[in-house]
Amino acid sequence: MSRPPVLAAAALTLGAVAAVGVALVAATHGLTAARIAANEREALVRRLAAILPPGIRTDALLRDAFEARDPALLGSARTLVYRARRKGGPVALVIAPIAPDGYGGPIKLLVAVLKDGTLGGVRVVADSETPGLGDKIQATKSDWILGFAGKSLVNPPLAKWKVKRDGGEFDQFTGATITPRAVVKAVRNTLIYVRQHRQTLYSQPSAQRAAEKKGAP
Amino acid sequence: MADKPLAVIAGDGLWRNNQALVALLGLCPLLATTTSATTGLGMGVATAVVLLASNSTLSLIRHLVRPEIRLPVFVVAIAAYVSVVDLAMQAYFLDLHKALGIFVPLIAVNCVIVGRAEVFASKNPLSKALLDALGMGMGFVWVLCTLGGLRELIGQGTLFAQAQLLFGEWAEGLTLSLGPQFHGALAALLPPGAFFGLGLLIALKNLTHTRLKQSRGTGAVSSGTRRGSTSKAPT
Repeated sequence: MSRPPVLAAAALTLGAVAAVGVALVAATHGLTAARIAANEREALVRRLAAILPPGIRTDALLRDAFEARDPALLGSARTLVYRARRKGGPVALVIAPIAPDGYGGPIKLLVAVLKDGTLGGVRVVADSETPGLGDKIQATKSDWILGFAGKSLVNPPLAKWKVKRDGGEFDQFTGATITPRAVVKAVRNTLIYVRQHRQTLYSQPSAQRAAEKKGAP
Repeated sequence: MADKPLAVIAGDGLWRNNQALVALLGLCPLLATTTSATTGLGMGVATAVVLLASNSTLSLIRHLVRPEIRLPVFVVAIAAYVSVVDLAMQAYFLDLHKALGIFVPLIAVNCVIVGRAEVFASKNPLSKALLDALGMGMGFVWVLCTLGGLRELIGQGTLFAQAQLLFGEWAEGLTLSLGPQFHGALAALLPPGAFFGLGLLIALKNLTHTRLKQSRGTGAVSSGTRRGSTSKAPT
């Protein structure tokens, strides 16, 4: 067999293997895509339900969202804000700020702020803090993060929104101060953001509607 | 090499040529994901599934694939299976998938898998390639699970914490705990603990192996005749 036909045969084999591989992945994707999306959604709903007052319809909440742009207070250029309403009236906001100054990198949070400005709760969505030390900010590892529920900018007063080592009100962990300091600061900044924009947060159009407006000239 | 008895193929993977403890392959996921018995087991099983699929496929098509394109074919096939496993885990074990993070897609570059494809699957019939994958895969699973369990036990005093990630809600009762007063030695959970634990396992494996050899009597057992001589040894 001369050289070119050999090469052509080899290329065909490789192409066939690649085609079968792609088909296999595409088929799996087709079979699992809906389930994966449902899983992600369910995980988010579970997290949201844990920090919101009972009786909120989370599917409505997920549709009623917009993007806040305040990198200084919320830690990233665009921050998702979900609005929870009950019988049409606003109940709470769930904001997804980022604490940029964690020990192992940015810490992604979910912060629920009730209409009266108190915290419904805070959860860590993603972090890369030291296992065994800084990762006590996760609700599965310790109760520390649950302590935010019910707090507000007047309880404790703004000046006390620090870890104890810095003269504030919040516990740090043995061997880890930077992580709780970052979280406390991010939660405080989120509360400040909410206070600054109290008038407009509930009346802004949600992202979906805003996108529609942008789409229609 | 070509005519290994089946028992030898299985024994190689599980013990004599264990990919993690003897060949020292696949150490990156091994060290990174063994912070608990559950994540270790999950990672091991995911790797074993890919290995089974790739070994059997590459064994079936071994006569069609010319040597020049051997490696690209391996890579494409392995990458496809890893994508399938990655998607399936997201669909059915989302929390475990989150816990393992980037290391699931990285199974594609695990040397164990391409190693077995090159050394074994591409030269052996389907039945043997499957057995080899099973042996090597289970060998990888038990090492990951043991190392994970060891680090978890020393590091936080539990065993199979969060087993529900793998087996569903009913498995929460599987978790063993040394009690809340045991705070654990954090070092075991940090990366250095992974190296210490692996070193310990390798040492234990070598020690046991030497002891076993000695207790089988006649000392110098060379690798080629080992199996034949021991199976015919008087009982």
